[in-house]
Amino acid sequence: MRYTLNHLKELEAESIFVMREVFAKFDNPVILFSGGKDSIVLTHLARKAFWPARVPIPLMHVDTGHNFPETIAFRDKLVEKMGVKLIVGSVQESINKGRVAEEKGKNASRNALQTTTLLDTIEEHHIDAAMGGARRDEEKARAKERFFSHRDDFGQWDPKNQRPELWYLFNGKMQMGEHFRVFPISNWTEMDVWQYILQEQIEIPSLYIAHEREVVRRNDTWLPVSDYIQLEEGEKTETKKIRFRTLGDITITGGVESDADTLEKIVEEVAAARQTERGNRADDKRGETAMEDRKRQGYF
Amino acid sequence: MSDTQSYLDMQLLRFTTAGSVDDGKSTLIGRLLFDSKSIFEDQMESVESSSSKRGLDHVDLALFTDGLKDEREQGITIDVAYRYFATPKRKFIIADTPGHIQYTRNMVTGASTANLALILVDARKGVIEQTCRHSFIASLLQIPHLVVCINKMDLVDYAEEAYQKVVSEFEDFASKLEVPDIRFVPISALHGDNVVNRSENMPWYHGETLLHTLETIHISSDLDHVNVRFPVQTVIRPHSDEYHDYRGYAGRIAGGIMKPGDEVVVLPSGFNSQIKSIDTFEGPVKEAFAPMSVTITLEDDIDVSRGDMIVRPNNQPQVTQDIDVMLCWLNNKGPQPRAKYLVQHTTNEARCMIKEILYKVDINSLHRIEDDKEISMNDIVRVRLRTPNPFFVDEYAENRHTGSLILIDEGTHETVAAGMVKF
Repeated sequence: MRYTLNHLKELEAESIFVMREVFAKFDNPVILFSGGKDSIVLTHLARKAFWPARVPIPLMHVDTGHNFPETIAFRDKLVEKMGVKLIVGSVQESINKGRVAEEKGKNASRNALQTTTLLDTIEEHHIDAAMGGARRDEEKARAKERFFSHRDDFGQWDPKNQRPELWYLFNGKMQMGEHFRVFPISNWTEMDVWQYILQEQIEIPSLYIAHEREVVRRNDTWLPVSDYIQLEEGEKTETKKIRFRTLGDITITGGVESDADTLEKIVEEVAAARQTERGNRADDKRGETAMEDRKRQGYF
Repeated sequence: MSDTQSYLDMQLLRFTTAGSVDDGKSTLIGRLLFDSKSIFEDQMESVESSSSKRGLDHVDLALFTDGLKDEREQGITIDVAYRYFATPKRKFIIADTPGHIQYTRNMVTGASTANLALILVDARKGVIEQTCRHSFIASLLQIPHLVVCINKMDLVDYAEEAYQKVVSEFEDFASKLEVPDIRFVPISALHGDNVVNRSENMPWYHGETLLHTLETIHISSDLDHVNVRFPVQTVIRPHSDEYHDYRGYAGRIAGGIMKPGDEVVVLPSGFNSQIKSIDTFEGPVKEAFAPMSVTITLEDDIDVSRGDMIVRPNNQPQVTQDIDVMLCWLNNKGPQPRAKYLVQHTTNEARCMIKEILYKVDINSLHRIEDDKEISMNDIVRVRLRTPNPFFVDEYAENRHTGSLILIDEGTHETVAAGMVKF
């Protein structure tokens, strides 16, 4: 018997430890669920962390209204299977209430508006810890994140003034009105996530698997045609075999041409990829520090 | 074995990097990522465009590791950043920490979870004060492996004498270190010599490249598989029909190997029992070891809760209200005499008092300073803590999990100090 864990088992054990710490330290935690692969892995880990009990933490979805229909169907099925409570924060409602205003123009998206809805929902439900599937390898500002990331009473992140985080001793102390974001899969890479999905045979939305889809070429990526995007002069729709490497709003998530129609093929494709997965995300292309700027304000 | 299979069977190595300003640390990390093909085209394009915006005629590899706006503007690293890369043999997590004097706290943070520390030395400057400081911190944090990279060999004509001089300087003071494994590699991060690819400029060097060292260094023995330590995180009670009376203790094994049937004792109650089962989502397991996260059930129905520790009756940690620790002070505000803080140790939490400050350590020489007991940021001090209830602690040198603690300010909630138990 070799007393070593392979890297996926070690990462899994670390994430389970973090999730149990959250459950033990906070009164009202949630798991942020986007329908993307990272949050799906998070729910899978949560099932492991509390087995044989049901996951004692609700899922929270910030619904932009601009979803892939597959995402919502997947979410509802998963919630039923896990037997957990679902909290939905609606960007459409935030718009209706006048909390935020819709962006204009052809590249308009509801991505930035989500922050207000997210923070409002956190406040409304008195949530003290929101676990997310963000990973440090995704983006340069995220590389500086703690597992337990403190947010002030405006929901803001102060990257230069973070609490030091040593060993596995997580400081979850805060004042009234503040909250924590917790990132149990901080140390996973995109490759780890896919390997894990393959190893565990985790069900994922069909969007990640190569499929035929009506798309339009815009900003160097294949944007899916939907009710939410308007075609410009000269743009034409085409049918391509594509898959999505990340899932965000249908308006900003570009696909890549791919023949990877099985998990094994996706893993191979990820291994050979020459572009980061967020390379097709319009939200990250709004300037060199786009992610840091959004994160400071309270974004995921 | 298919590619998929081999990837599934990789080991994880966590290492920390330390260096002084301008000794090429960021360039080295950029080089490791670049030469191991872990940098993507869009990252490359972004760094190329930033480099030319800055008027550079080459791609500044250091830009791969700068994350925050202020860092990119000022060309410095402010906070610990984590980087990831993998080769077919191992997956690596780098805790990249800034080298400035005022940022010792970041180095301690990065070192706390590392198996290995990479220390950079400029071949022209040799061992300087910061080299000593970084090495002492690695030693204090009980990092078992130290790799000293003697960088900028291109600027000393790749001369063996220059390399040997630094090696001998380092060995002179290394006798004070508690690091069992120290290695040296002559490199040029800028040109890539001996980082991933073997250097043709240094035929006199017969050792391994840096990456090969990182890929092959033996780390399986770094964890304690002898002394059973199981801090309880939470109690699992499903209340379902199928698991009506189930009562499991969830936690991550901090040391030792646990098996069903083992005699155990629960601290602090002192009740004895036997392990009935070790459960995971995949089913019960015959044995479990650090760092696995499992759920344990006991034969007897005894009261166990978060903060308790399950151990073997014949192998117990120290149970004490007086904890002697080496503290690294991480906060701008030093402690008042007999100041009270919250202490977190494993899953246990309580108030504590700094009862006595014994001495400070000069981090450059490891000498004791006994006449100055004023504690400020980045100081390493030996103190005695007093807790209202007994804690179950091991020496940090024996177990990094059961031998470490943090102090939290009750007013600001900031983490103000990191402590390593030393009796």
